[in-house]
Amino acid sequence: MNKFLLPLTIFGIMLGFLAVGLTLNPREIPSPLVGKAAPVFSLPQLHEQDKVFSPDDMKGQVWLLNFWASWCSGCRTEHPVLMDLANSGLVPIYGVDYKDQRGEALAWLDEWGNPYPIVAVDAAGRVGIDYGVYGVPETYVIDKQGLIRYKQIGPLDDETVEKKILPLVKELQAK
Amino acid sequence: MLIVMLVLSGPTWAGEARPLADDPVVEARLKRLAVELRCLVCQNQTLADSDAPLAEDLRREVRGMIVKDMSDEEIIDFLVSRYGDFVLYRPPLKATTTLLWVGPFVLLVGGGIALVVALRRRGRKVEEVVITDDEHRRVEQLLSQGVKRP
Repeated sequence: MNKFLLPLTIFGIMLGFLAVGLTLNPREIPSPLVGKAAPVFSLPQLHEQDKVFSPDDMKGQVWLLNFWASWCSGCRTEHPVLMDLANSGLVPIYGVDYKDQRGEALAWLDEWGNPYPIVAVDAAGRVGIDYGVYGVPETYVIDKQGLIRYKQIGPLDDETVEKKILPLVKELQAK
Repeated sequence: MLIVMLVLSGPTWAGEARPLADDPVVEARLKRLAVELRCLVCQNQTLADSDAPLAEDLRREVRGMIVKDMSDEEIIDFLVSRYGDFVLYRPPLKATTTLLWVGPFVLLVGGGIALVVALRRRGRKVEEVVITDDEHRRVEQLLSQGVKRP
């Protein structure tokens, strides 16, 4: 009995580590940007091309910045969640159309609905790099001072919105 | 045949790595840096290997910074401040990465101790076999016979 106790314990510990490992998502990399100022940019708008959008315009508000693209299937999954959130009026969602074609982006919004008051166009993906975007969709919660408070990698779902985004937004709005 | 294949494959690979700049010094530095950096889309590939659009963009960024004569440290800081330590194939030694760095040595030492303990235990189990004088003589006899044989 004693002979098997040690290997069995080691096996148990390994099993524990592997079990925890299975529940982790390797795509979720903690962003070093959380707690830092949202990188500045000034990008042309999708609908009114002669106007620009900059995070500075949003100072004093809590808002979401959502990187998306018409070619991105995860964005399609996420889209109804964004529509619901936008319709609730609890927090504005501004979009960045990431490495996309203008015509396709406009058609996509026409077809599925537009949750964004303004969409900025990051055609070259340069702003995406500043925000550490490595897979759309990605969503940032930005506070009144312009600090990034949360980063969502991959599609938002109802649960994440209910349990993480909205409580955080309320807390930040109260400040 | 092999030589022909090698000669043919050389230019294809080189062409892929330099769509923008042609300065060989820049390209050499880019290559040296890119093998140390992880592509975030296909996580087990380096920035040098990956064909993902983001890797392409990041190579372009790094190339731009090399052209601007930024130091390796500045370039790596640029990427780490955006993507975290995860972009580094050799993560820095920090509180959060201690297990990563120390773990293998702990395992090695642990394994060594286990081996020593196991060998000692086994050593104790081997019983001293007492050889009688008769047996001794028989052994000598057998050995001497063996020598005599051609």
